[in-house]
Amino acid sequence: MSKDRFQGHDFYQIDDLLTEEQKLIRDSVRAWVKKEVTPIIEDHAQRCVFPKHLIKGLGEIGAFGPYIPVEYGGQGLDQISYGLIMQEIERGDSGIRSTASVQSSLVMYPIYKYGSEEQRRKYLPKLATGELMGCFGLTEPDSGSDPSSMITNIKDKGDHYLLNGAKMWISNSPFADIAIVWAKNDEGKIRGIIVERGMEGFTTPETHDKWSLRASATGELVFDNVKVPKENLLPNVEGLKGPLGCLNSARYGISWGVIGAAMDCYDSALRYAKERVQFGKPLAGFQLQQKKLAEMITEITKAQLLAWRLGVLRNEERATPAQISMAKRNNVAMALDIAREARQIHGGMGITGEYPIMRHMMNLESVITYEGTHDIHLLILGMEITGENAFK
Amino acid sequence: MDILVCISQVPDTTTKISFIDNNSKFNDDKVTFIVNPYDEWYALVRALELKETLGGSVTVITVGNASVEPIIRKALAIGADNAVRIDLDAVDSFETASAIATYAKNKNFNIILAGKETIDYNGSEVGGMIAGLLNLPFVSLATKLEIVGDHAVVEIDIEGGVEVITSKMPLVLSAAKGMAEARIPNMRGIMAARTKTIEVVAGQSNNLVSVKSFELPAPKSAVKLINPENMEELVQLLHSEAKVI
Ligand SMILES: Cc1cc2nc3c(=O)[nH]c(=O)nc-3n(C[C@H](O)[C@H](O)[C@H](O)COP(=O)(O)OP(=O)(O)OC[C@H]3O[C@@H](n4cnc5c(N)ncnc54)[C@H](O)[C@@H]3O)c2cc1C
Repeated sequence: MSKDRFQGHDFYQIDDLLTEEQKLIRDSVRAWVKKEVTPIIEDHAQRCVFPKHLIKGLGEIGAFGPYIPVEYGGQGLDQISYGLIMQEIERGDSGIRSTASVQSSLVMYPIYKYGSEEQRRKYLPKLATGELMGCFGLTEPDSGSDPSSMITNIKDKGDHYLLNGAKMWISNSPFADIAIVWAKNDEGKIRGIIVERGMEGFTTPETHDKWSLRASATGELVFDNVKVPKENLLPNVEGLKGPLGCLNSARYGISWGVIGAAMDCYDSALRYAKERVQFGKPLAGFQLQQKKLAEMITEITKAQLLAWRLGVLRNEERATPAQISMAKRNNVAMALDIAREARQIHGGMGITGEYPIMRHMMNLESVITYEGTHDIHLLILGMEITGENAFK
Repeated sequence: MDILVCISQVPDTTTKISFIDNNSKFNDDKVTFIVNPYDEWYALVRALELKETLGGSVTVITVGNASVEPIIRKALAIGADNAVRIDLDAVDSFETASAIATYAKNKNFNIILAGKETIDYNGSEVGGMIAGLLNLPFVSLATKLEIVGDHAVVEIDIEGGVEVITSKMPLVLSAAKGMAEARIPNMRGIMAARTKTIEVVAGQSNNLVSVKSFELPAPKSAVKLINPENMEELVQLLHSEAKVI
């Protein structure tokens, strides 16, 4: 890939809404991504390998559970700092951001929120540094948008649980040390349980041939009579609100993350349009191209305001799931549209790995599907404003 | 080894430069400021490396009003132990150097490091002036700094080669590219910087110099492409427009 000349874009001086520390965090992660991620990411995406060597650095830069309190190994940061970290990492690649999102919101968050004190102390500090990596198993072959239909289950065997079933599409599963698995108990209630690599009957086959998030490892979780100690059950939550609480946190992070991908596409397209000359003048001088670029920065600015406001609401613990759905849905679609337009501005050059555009575009196809599809978020919003449930 | 590192705030390299108040003042509205790269990447990082191997402390100092504190916070996040801000809107290098020299005078720093120049005014003066004011040796444009016994061994790139000198300490140095490799603040550093305090010392203006006005360079004209077949046109343009022949 050509040299990373990325510059942030802030058309509405939204930086004025950030604290000095938030800006320092954002700029540090941005510098780290330029140094560590952009030089290697295209090659890893082309070869379909997760750059495992980045894990330590991700831990050091604060990408794993930044809002988890310091006593459990986190940084105790606010939600906007978390959002900015996700934005900068996804500016590099949505796959790397996925790893960070999963570790933070889908593994550390449930252990912190729903776990016992022993579980918190045992896992959180090591998850914060990346010494332990985790994954989150909710989706199953026959249960995607409708997780309540899951069949993975735990049976109470007195001194342990017996876990059976299978999860698919699980980010980080091929290398994760632990999995937060959602399964139905004897009463049919959804519970969370911590499964560790090495438990007998537990395997994690990798999913191959993805055209998206190629630098992120995705796989299955297969449980064949896995004996899980009772102390691995997350004691403090029951029902769908367990996984949904985690998803709220991750979706919020995604609403920031995709702004990074969108900015990278816009930034590259703007530079390319100014430098590339056709018919005797730069592409940027043609009205058709200006329309694309002007609309891109407008949409990015709207997305930034949405994410920032949602961050404030989350800091005050007032953000509702429907508000989070609006931001996730709007911002991911915005980023995908921008990637597609930016691809065209680059002409043929946008097709190669010389520019980050197609990688972002393909990545965003997963992002618009996982953590609640574009349709599902619309239904959540629809239900909120009309009071009518259109899911069923 | 106690080291004082002089850092200053400069506009980000992508800044669009403009002036206000009858062109006598830099317009800092919407400008992103950064730590002067020579100060941050080379002087500060080398100071930290020396502290890490030899022990001691690294103090950063800057001259400016409260608006420069973000760059101090960044230096603390990268690893400086202490920070000093001389509360003064210095107009020229001498004012800045005087303020730093006054502060450093009785503090027993073994080394005072500055960047080789700031990337805004490119004066390259502050380090030398501090040395002059404190009557200390000064080495400019140092690319390598080692401590051997009670001496500093310094390398300087010279035309076609390298000059190696040794100096007694304390001494003042200005750091050039090559002295160290830039460090990115990590989260532990950012968190640690939260609790470090910035010592604010009142500064005094010497009222010697004031800025009359700034002028922007003439805008660059567009590049003219001339067909290689058409040498006559090129010669004509070099004569009549560029006026170089
Ligand atoms: C790369 C990648 C990584 C992933 N990582 C994880 C992970 O780490 N952990 C995890 O648990 N899951 C993960 N997922 C799974 C992801 O969350 C699911 O793919 C997603 O929830 C959609 O489920 P599905 O694929 O079964 O699609 P389905 O639910 O079958 O949906 C198919 C289509 O039907 C639409 N649809 C569904 N229901 C309705 C309805 N009621 N009304 C209208 N339209 C509807 C959907 O919007 C979609 O367009 C990942 C997926 C991908 C691609």
